[in-house]
Amino acid sequence: MLERLGVLVLSLLAWVGDVALFGARALYEAVLPPFEFKETWRHVFEIGWRSLPLIALSGFAIGVVLSMHTRASLERFGAEAMIPAGLAIALIRETGPLTAGLLVAGRVGAGIGAELGAMKVTEQIDALEAVAVDAFKFLAVTRILACIIAMPLLTAIIDFCGIFGGYVAESSISGMSASLYFHRAFSIVEFSDFIPATFKTAVFGLIIGTVASYLGFNTTQGTEGVGRTSTASVVLSSICIILINVVLVKLIFFVFPVRA
Amino acid sequence: MTGGQRAAGGGQPAAGGTPQDPGGRGGEAIKLEHVTKSFDARKVLDDVTIEIAEGSAFCLLGRSGTGKSVTLKHIIGLLRPDDGHVFVHGKDVPALTGRELAEVRRSMGFLFQNAALFDSITVGENVAFPLRRHTDWPDSKIREVARARLADVDLEDDYGKMPADLSGGMKKRAGLARAMALDPKILLVDEPSAGLDPITAREIDELLVGLKEKGTTLVVVTHNIPSARHIGDELAMLHDGRLIARGTAEELDKSDDAMVRAFMRSEGSG
Repeated sequence: MLERLGVLVLSLLAWVGDVALFGARALYEAVLPPFEFKETWRHVFEIGWRSLPLIALSGFAIGVVLSMHTRASLERFGAEAMIPAGLAIALIRETGPLTAGLLVAGRVGAGIGAELGAMKVTEQIDALEAVAVDAFKFLAVTRILACIIAMPLLTAIIDFCGIFGGYVAESSISGMSASLYFHRAFSIVEFSDFIPATFKTAVFGLIIGTVASYLGFNTTQGTEGVGRTSTASVVLSSICIILINVVLVKLIFFVFPVRA
Repeated sequence: MTGGQRAAGGGQPAAGGTPQDPGGRGGEAIKLEHVTKSFDARKVLDDVTIEIAEGSAFCLLGRSGTGKSVTLKHIIGLLRPDDGHVFVHGKDVPALTGRELAEVRRSMGFLFQNAALFDSITVGENVAFPLRRHTDWPDSKIREVARARLADVDLEDDYGKMPADLSGGMKKRAGLARAMALDPKILLVDEPSAGLDPITAREIDELLVGLKEKGTTLVVVTHNIPSARHIGDELAMLHDGRLIARGTAEELDKSDDAMVRAFMRSEGSG
């Protein structure tokens, strides 16, 4: 039993090590020429632009729900005036970044894993290499970079849509004006709330792109393997995001005291 | 030992002609030297030595799963041998990385067994892809060359189709057009006539013969013996990862090995 557990832990550590090396190699090769600007930009569009409806709608709905919950809590203390600020802080510091990370892991992680997995099992990755194209750089590095670039942008959008959703809920309940709502929402929010929390999602992007690309490049066993890769990309990148978020929050607390 | 004889000891038969110059052609384009490759516990290539002369056509025969495709993948550097060396124009391919490897690969074209077309772009863009990556030609010239390559394989009307809309045989031909896109000095072809009707298969054979006559070195993996006889200057047969016969078609016809003779008598397609 203990031996089996040991083997499991060792294989888990080996997997984490392999993925980390894959990500580190991607970051290293990203700064070496030739640069795949066109392909990277195409993926930023695919990952960012095409995720926009999901992100915007989810952000809006989260804003509405958070607003209702915050009202229910603050009403007891007669602190309804704090609803916009409380909502903005909660969204910007944690809810927005984490939700954006998990949503993108679901939509984009599955897509990258399935696409690269299918390319692997149909020898398209080998075909790229055969025409003298660095498949790792062309397929993995571009997607990882695109995830890193797109995540903070999507996070800013989910934050804004969430705050807007909060306004819609609040104005329909209390009739609060837009100018008063947004004034109160941003009265205590500072750049040091927004910047670290938003840019930590670049790390989420790195995780999503790396895990999904790694699994895609190592897909075996045909279409069944592609399905497994797609699922594993979502599950593993989501777990990694949730776990690494703990470390990042602690780090932000350390660098920006009381701002994480 | 004469050509077409089963090798004793090391299992490497000698060629019917001079190994470096089987057809009175140029120097050595490709050389595999004692190449051994295993996947898990299974030895797929066992001490294989092959020399292929510049501008010649070399046909690799053998039953399914005997290591023919693996041999091609070693030549283009998609696989590295566990032991031995693979030289292309004198460069040790497994030892190359980065730009050096890319340079060697640019001199080669590879038709995969299942064509391996990029399924997210059109057939024409598949053929244009190597040209876009490795030339600074204007878009109009790239399209023109891609169309010409597609015309060579009778697919000129299918430039804008997606690979999923093609039949298996059409995919194969499109894959061949992509492999020829950069006018490679060496063309590696994995089962060119598999899935093709006899007339198209014959046309592909003629196309390959034409390329050989223009000086392209061909390495063709095939089960189609009439096709191998037509294209190949030299034929070799792999069995259980070992090269058991090598020589001209006539020499293999007279092989001491019953299996080689039986294989050569077959009219196997694909």
